[in-house]
Amino acid sequence: MYPANFKYVRAGSVAEALSLISSEDDAKFLAGGHSLLPAMKLRLAEPSTLIDIGRIGDLRGISYGSGDEQDCIGSLTTHATIASSKLACALSEAANGIGDPQVRNRGTIGGNIAHADPSSDLPTVLTALEASIRVEGPGGARNIEAGDFFTGLFETKLEDNELITLISVPREGSGTSSAYAKLFNPASRYAVVGACASVTLDGGTITQARVAVGGLTPMAIRCKGVEAALEGSTADAIKGASSNVVSDVGDDILEDVHASAEFRLGVIPVFVARALQSACDRASG
Amino acid sequence: MPRFVGKSFKRVEDPRFLQGKGSYVSNLQRPGMAYVAILRSPHAHAKIVSIDASAAEALDGVVAVFKGQDLIDGGVGQLPCGWVVPELKLPERWPVIPDVVKHVGDAVAVVVADSPYIAEDALDLIEVDYEPLPVSLGARATTEYRAPQLHEGIPNNTAYTWALGDEPAMRKAFAEAGHVVTLDLVNQRLIPNAMEPRACMAEWHSTMEEMTVWTTSQNPHPIRLLLSAYTLGIPENKLRVISPDVGGGFGSKIFHYPEEVIVPWVARAINRPAKWVSTRSEAFMTDSQGRDHVTNVKMAMQKDGVITGLHVQTWADQGAYLSTFAPLIPTALSITLFSGLYKIPGIWGEMKGTLTNTVPVDAYRGAGRPEASYLLERVVELGAKKMGMDPIAFRRLNLIPAEDFPYQTPVAFQYDSGNYQGLFDKLEELSDYNQLREEQKAKRAKGKLWGVGVAGCIEASGPAPSALAGSLGSAVGLWESGTVRVHPTGKVTALTGSHSHGQGHETTFAQIVAEELNIDLEDVEVVHGDTGRIPFGMGTYGSRSAAVGGSALVRSAERVREKMIKIAAHQMESRPEDVYFDDETRNIKVRGATDEGMAFGEVALAAYTAHDLPPDLEPGLDETAFFDPSNFTFPNSAHLAVVSIDRETGEITLEKYVGVDDVGKVINPLIVDGQLVGGVAQGVGQALWEHGIYGEDGQLLTGSMMDYAMPRADHFPHIKTGRIETPSPTNPLGVKGAGEMGTIAGTVTIANAVMDALAPLGVDHVEMPFTAEKIWQTIQSHSDS
Amino acid sequence: MGVNVTMNINGKTHSVEIAEPRMLLVDFIREEIGLTGTNIGCDTTQCGACTVHMDGMAVKSCTVLAVQADGSDVATIEGVANDGVLNPMQQAFWDEHGLQCGFCTPGMIMAATKLVEGNPDISDEEIRHGLEGNICRCTGYQNIVKAVKVAAQAA
Repeated sequence: MYPANFKYVRAGSVAEALSLISSEDDAKFLAGGHSLLPAMKLRLAEPSTLIDIGRIGDLRGISYGSGDEQDCIGSLTTHATIASSKLACALSEAANGIGDPQVRNRGTIGGNIAHADPSSDLPTVLTALEASIRVEGPGGARNIEAGDFFTGLFETKLEDNELITLISVPREGSGTSSAYAKLFNPASRYAVVGACASVTLDGGTITQARVAVGGLTPMAIRCKGVEAALEGSTADAIKGASSNVVSDVGDDILEDVHASAEFRLGVIPVFVARALQSACDRASG
Repeated sequence: MPRFVGKSFKRVEDPRFLQGKGSYVSNLQRPGMAYVAILRSPHAHAKIVSIDASAAEALDGVVAVFKGQDLIDGGVGQLPCGWVVPELKLPERWPVIPDVVKHVGDAVAVVVADSPYIAEDALDLIEVDYEPLPVSLGARATTEYRAPQLHEGIPNNTAYTWALGDEPAMRKAFAEAGHVVTLDLVNQRLIPNAMEPRACMAEWHSTMEEMTVWTTSQNPHPIRLLLSAYTLGIPENKLRVISPDVGGGFGSKIFHYPEEVIVPWVARAINRPAKWVSTRSEAFMTDSQGRDHVTNVKMAMQKDGVITGLHVQTWADQGAYLSTFAPLIPTALSITLFSGLYKIPGIWGEMKGTLTNTVPVDAYRGAGRPEASYLLERVVELGAKKMGMDPIAFRRLNLIPAEDFPYQTPVAFQYDSGNYQGLFDKLEELSDYNQLREEQKAKRAKGKLWGVGVAGCIEASGPAPSALAGSLGSAVGLWESGTVRVHPTGKVTALTGSHSHGQGHETTFAQIVAEELNIDLEDVEVVHGDTGRIPFGMGTYGSRSAAVGGSALVRSAERVREKMIKIAAHQMESRPEDVYFDDETRNIKVRGATDEGMAFGEVALAAYTAHDLPPDLEPGLDETAFFDPSNFTFPNSAHLAVVSIDRETGEITLEKYVGVDDVGKVINPLIVDGQLVGGVAQGVGQALWEHGIYGEDGQLLTGSMMDYAMPRADHFPHIKTGRIETPSPTNPLGVKGAGEMGTIAGTVTIANAVMDALAPLGVDHVEMPFTAEKIWQTIQSHSDS
Repeated sequence: MGVNVTMNINGKTHSVEIAEPRMLLVDFIREEIGLTGTNIGCDTTQCGACTVHMDGMAVKSCTVLAVQADGSDVATIEGVANDGVLNPMQQAFWDEHGLQCGFCTPGMIMAATKLVEGNPDISDEEIRHGLEGNICRCTGYQNIVKAVKVAAQAA
């Protein structure tokens, strides 16, 4: 299987990348290529031009904040780097479950979220963690909250001529932690359903809970009903609160050859509860 | 004492694979080679109204585009079926479809180009106007009234019917039964997915009018025969077929495929070497698939649990056409095994081979025997449950006693040898069975879903003799050839008609020959997979290679040995009966003599110099034997699995697996264990993950490894193996097949373990594969009971 | 529109003008350089038969463009043995019967080599998890796991 032909250009900087995307017809950015190249090999995507941003050093790597500052992840940072990082627990945990080691060595966080696959793990995690996504375009830069960034099945707020440059995630201070739990699709390793929870504990009381789910909906969804039922309670409330996920996710539940909507909806409370429990254990530990 | 046979030797073929030097067909190149790509039907059933290839033909780098009629006009024949049961209705099958496509993936046009990239671009430029036709699916549903018809002259999409056994004895058993258990089940469609995708390369030598074809086949000689006699028409003596290193087959590379016709036809048409390499996506829609049986089974027992009768009705989905050996699989390789390890007087099996708008179905590792074991061991499990007996105790009650061998079943086969009680003795010991049941009690008391499953399975391997195969429908003989060629320097080439595509013949067969000739392993080179070098051969499938191919080499080595003894006796002025191969010195000596005797190489040289041979003895040292065994061999097994089920999500964890097998004498334990463990993994794959699912429109919904779950390393615990040995009397090595037993036993062992885990919920049966969703749904629907 | 690609493969620098930028790294290695030990087993980045090392990391060369690897150090199975002497991973695969048909083996060895780097006491579980990007249809993985464990300690 071979991609259809294309024009290949390499961008040395973000500015050059943005200038190229404006001047080339039907162009796409190429980062690690682990979402785009498989689609191109199957000829599901046939861009006329590929702008290779893979060598823009500024976009690669993690810079850890201090105090209240956020941790900043360059969009070209690979899943492998994130998996072995000191970023929020859920993020490294989820990154470690993406694909396989070779995929994690090439796949990037920016490429992953730009692709916005509903079964992908990172959108769920970033939504729960209230990450902020910085995108740059011809008109300048803007920050988009992860909860707003994903707008539908393979759809985001990213414009065709914009580039994701940075993802900022809150640091987990004392008493705060997070976790990600998913049901693996045994073939693809994507999430049939996935749940991410971030909690802050104060002497056993959950003072803040952030929960998001993915895999069963066209895009990651924040679960306010679950969160509301937890805040002010203890970990004992997890099981009851997790069942609220069913109303949080609404009616648009995905169904495919791997799982029915009924099953996805049936097991998502289990994974929400597991993520919450694990996050609470870590936050108190 | 044997020096080689029965001992683990590292494989001599491995260094080349370990260093990336395997010569797989896709690695081969010929000067000036063109690349073939094939346009495939996106429809499961459609009339081809027109094909416009002009844009593709105009593309720079495209050599030619051919359509179905071009090949027919150019003399290709239809793909034949090599197993013809009585009253078989054979569907028409052209290598490239000229009129009506019948499954997604049917070849519609052929592009030849200077590079594979251009060839694929050209496919996108061919415009085909299809008129879609209604689609017929489902092994049983396709036979129903009003189902769309696939082929003219094959009413009800039923290509054949077959039955075997003792119907009156079966009726009597049910009439007199104390208990009857029944089960409807589906043995789902599987995709073989050998890791090497198929490939074919061909070169036409125009001056000599000779063709060489390199193909990823398990049996190059039969492919040459079919190419010559049916599809390509090039005389066998002008046609050489080579299957070099082949990256796994599991049955899927037995068959004669359209591409093996297309590529050499193209090479001759353009007078340039040509190569086609399948993509994995093509493999999913063109490699023959496996299983897909819909079955109803009824078992009769006496009041005390003794099994007396079995009645089975099966609808076997054969796909859109009859692949090379398709009718063999559900008939002579399945119904014939319905007796299992048990003494059952009344067995009657009936089946229909049906046609649907799907990829053809043929042998896949186990081939008919996993289907037989699955239905039998599932219904036996239900029998044990009905009797309230421990599953092993129930089986022991019904096993064929060791003293009854050879044992004649009511379904044609005569089992060669076995000790079935001994299998279960060993299994109980290795798995600590009683302890497992105690552990289960404790776990169940805590509400855990934790199951212990067992199964006892039979296999018929090394189909034989040829006369019997012929009477059952085979168009070919099922013997094997072996040549032992001792060179003047004493080095030996062993030529076998068997083919190794992972089984390690280059090692095992060298062990056999070195043992017979009393020489070093390093002095034997095993050659396989080339019709230009090997006299003839039937290839490798049905776990036949050691029993049939290995035995042929034993016979030819014996002849070499006899001739060497005659030569040595003559030269040492002694009588042949006094000459022997001395184990200690490796020389050929005269009994009682004090001298060194003659070295192996000296005798070999003497055979070729021919200066001083016994009268009437021809020069040379090159013997060929064609071995046709008196019977199949019947490997047998008892396996056990432990699974736990996550009540909340339905996910299954395989915690423990133990397999005890009787594969007769073992030549190389390292290799045999490797075959058994690998086989188990494939069996487990069917039970837990693998499923070729077709949508209502005939599209394969699990058409890539993104959607079709291949077993991975982290899916398995350590698989423990044990063996007992009852030598087979049907071949000189005493071996039985070892390649398929793991797969045959693995699937139903897991199924029984999963049902045992679910038993507290009142669950009797769930269809495979046991995905998290299926188990979760089952738990949901049974949790209130 | 030719593109020049320069790569150091197994210690040797290759500078090749490729006709089109769409050429995959695996095709570059196999067809342009002629190193056919790296195999292609699927189209969807699943099977791992094409695993090579690129700048010290195991990657699936079917999902990297040759132009993306321009300027990189690439190691393939052909560069693993030293003058015909197998390296510890290859030797362990041989000793433990960690291969049958051999098709997945080059990718498996390249992935396993990286997996055990700096981890001599790697557990069975870590090995099984670490090889999830490499599919073998023959062995049931058991002897592969054994081999990787032995090699980890030998290295």
